[in-house]
Formats: sequence, structure tokens, C-alpha cells
Amino acid sequence: MISTRQSYDQDLATLREDLLHMGVVVTNAIDKAVESLAKRNVSLAKQIMDGDDVIDDMQVDIEDKCMVLIARQQPMARDLRIIGTGLKITTDLERVGDHAFDIAKIAVDLNGKELIKPLVDIPRMAKMSQTMLKDALEAYINLDIVLAEQVCAADDEVDQLNQQLFRELLTYMMEDHRTISQATQLILVARSLERVADHATNIAEWVIYLVTGQRMRKK
Amino acid sequence: MDYKIQANKLRLYYGETQALKDVTLNVGKNSVLALIGPSGCGKSTFVKTINRMNDLIDNVRIEGEVLLEGENIYHPETDVVALRKRVGMVFQRPNPFPMSIYDNIAYGPRIHGINNKAELDAIVEKSLVGSALWTEVKDRLRTSAMGLSGGQQQRLCIARLLAVEPEVLLMDEPCSALDPISTMKIEELITELKPSYTIVVVTHNMQQAARVSDYTAFFLNGELVEYDNTDAIFTRPQDKRTEDYITGRFG
Repeated sequence: MISTRQSYDQDLATLREDLLHMGVVVTNAIDKAVESLAKRNVSLAKQIMDGDDVIDDMQVDIEDKCMVLIARQQPMARDLRIIGTGLKITTDLERVGDHAFDIAKIAVDLNGKELIKPLVDIPRMAKMSQTMLKDALEAYINLDIVLAEQVCAADDEVDQLNQQLFRELLTYMMEDHRTISQATQLILVARSLERVADHATNIAEWVIYLVTGQRMRKK
Repeated sequence: MDYKIQANKLRLYYGETQALKDVTLNVGKNSVLALIGPSGCGKSTFVKTINRMNDLIDNVRIEGEVLLEGENIYHPETDVVALRKRVGMVFQRPNPFPMSIYDNIAYGPRIHGINNKAELDAIVEKSLVGSALWTEVKDRLRTSAMGLSGGQQQRLCIARLLAVEPEVLLMDEPCSALDPISTMKIEELITELKPSYTIVVVTHNMQQAARVSDYTAFFLNGELVEYDNTDAIFTRPQDKRTEDYITGRFG
């Protein structure tokens, strides 16, 4: 018995692999961006900034593949959801890449300056966001909606940490106006990490849609 | 690029009516070309010029040239029988001969002088494997081909072509009489055959053209309006008439 649509199935599998590859590259970029900030490593930060073009190219390539699949294969049902979520997930991943760029840029700006406080909460937030991102991608690989739901639930914690950090840095600024410049940048880093967690949540929600066809209710 | 088929300024007239207007088009080796366009646009007429099927119609006049591997098949000394062996054709309705599955496939090789049973057995098996029909019929090769389903009959017709080892496969709406699953099987088969053959498919079904072909040519009123790789035709056609046709806004 001849099987049908093998080349189409192959294209869908390739799309999935491309997305995973992009996910790995982006997760790594966030990892390294935070490391460059924590360890004051400018060359690593510049490396991350240079790598952003590669991530952008990956997004364009994935989008093109999705467009061609829609035009040429008339996807239906789960196939359609694979391609639709592919378009959404690649956008989320590209944004995460942009946040890695922004954090790396701040690491460069802060080069040679004494930090107003040791970085404790930012690495913690970074770890939480990265874990969410990794879990969201793992949920995507395994079509694991239980894990996807856990990712969505974890988002609140990151939001709380972000608010706590914001209040703390605000206190620093009120006490000593010389800290304003740096504290603002650290607030932006925290904000970026909070956004990374949001994108991870989006990806997890798309995994749930991909598997069940049901949309998650937005908070 | 290595071209298998080249049409140069091809003009074809049925009596006073011009059915093809200066069609120039090259088909790469081991690629699938889909011809699309509304009824009467010239796509079937064009495909039939590639193995000179139009010769069989009275009152046809052809100008310009069609090259197969660089040689003009409209040269007066062309051996048309040999040409049609190199360039085989599958039609809209499957047309198996009223004989056994085996004899349908052995028919061509026998005409070309092969009578050794072992050799014929090998050809029959190879052709049926090639058309993805072997596992379905290997236990009933001696039964009538007329007992096969429509989709199986169409794959039998493809096997019958493969048996004479052609270089080019022309398919004139090969799936229009088939159900969706049989259609998908033929489409998958086209992809599998591509590495060994050059394939030209005429189809009314745009989606089919999008799925199976590497290149797509859009015909309208005997004119080749647009010819490009299939990704480009279906995502960013250059001619408004192509866009109107493929988006269903034609007319």
C-alpha cells in the first residue's frame, strides 16, 4: 500500500526541527546575555549582539516555509495548527532574541562601572524565565500539555519578582539620585526577562492549542 | 540548467483557430512541470505537442519547434513511434486493455520484441513496483485489469508506461476521475518518479499543481501568461491574470 503525502509530512517535520533549532539558539542567547551581565563579560555580550541577525534570519526562513506550505499543501486540521502555531512561535522566539540583544547591550553599557548592588534577583529571574522557555520548547517537542500548563502557571512568579525588583530599585533611586542611570537599566533588564517569561507562556499556550485545538483563556 | 524539453515560439492552429500563441518554455530534467489554466486555454494542446499526439487530429498546423534533448521532434525525419516510446502519456480516464494485469504491462515490451518470460516477469515486477502497485496486485497478476479500482487502474497505466522505459511522462489530468485518496497516491507517486523521469502534468486542480510540481505554467487563451517555480507562482505571481486565476477571482 502506497502511503500518501510523504513529502508533505517531511516538510512539516522539517518545520518542527527548524523551530526547535531556533528555540535552542534563542535560549542560549538569553543564557549568555545574562551571564555577560553578571560576569561583566563585554566580549560575550558583543557576541550575543552580533548573533541577533542569525536569529532574525531563522525567523524569516521559518515564515517563508510556512507561507509556502499553506500555499502549496492546503493544510487542514492539525496540520493547519502546526503551521499556524509555527508562525506564532517563531515570532515569540525572535522577540526573545531581541531581549537577549537588549540585555547584552546593557551589559556593554555598564562595562567598567561599579554595580550599585550585587545581582541576586536578576539572575534568579533569568533562571526562572529560561526554565519556562526550555519547558515550553520541551512541551512543544513532546506535545506535552501538562508541562505547557505548568509553564503558564509559572508566569505569575516571574511577574511578582519583577515587581519586587522594580520597587527595590525605585528605593535605591529615591535614596541616591546617582544610581538612577544604572537602576533604570537594571529595571529594563528585569523587564526584558519578564517579557521572556511572557513569550514562553505564549509558546506554551500555542502548544495547548496545537494539541487540543482549544484556545487558552488570556489572563 | 539541463533542459529535457524546450518549446520555442510554438504556434498551433486547429484550422483557422490559433490554439497556442508563441509558447516558449523550457522543462528541466527530473523536474515536475504543472500546466494550469481554464478550459480551452491550450494546456492540453501544449502537452500533446510533446509527443506529437496532435498529429492524429486533422487540420492541425504547427509552427515553431519542440526540442527533446536538443533535437527538434517536428523534424520531418523524426520516428514518431520511437518518440512516443520516449515520451509516454497517461490520460484522464484510466484506459487499461481488456486483458490481465500482467499482459497489460508486458504488451509494450512484447511489441518492442521482448518475448523471454523471465525478462518479461522482471519488467512487469519492476514496473508495478515503480508505480507503487506491486504489493496490491502481485498475487493476482493473471486476473483482468478491469477488476481493479479506478486509482489502481491509473497506476497500472503508469506501470504500462514505465515498462517501455520512457524518459518523459506526460499526464493529462491523471486524477480527475479518481477519489481523493487515489489522487493523493498518484501525487505521491509523481514525487517518487521524479528522480528518474521528467514529468509534465496538466491539471484543472490548482491545488494539485501546487502540491506536486516544481514549476508551474499558467496558460490563458493559448498564451503562456506566466511560468515560474511553483513556490513563486503560488505565493507571489507577477501577472495579475495569474493572481486572479489562482485566487479564484477569474472572469
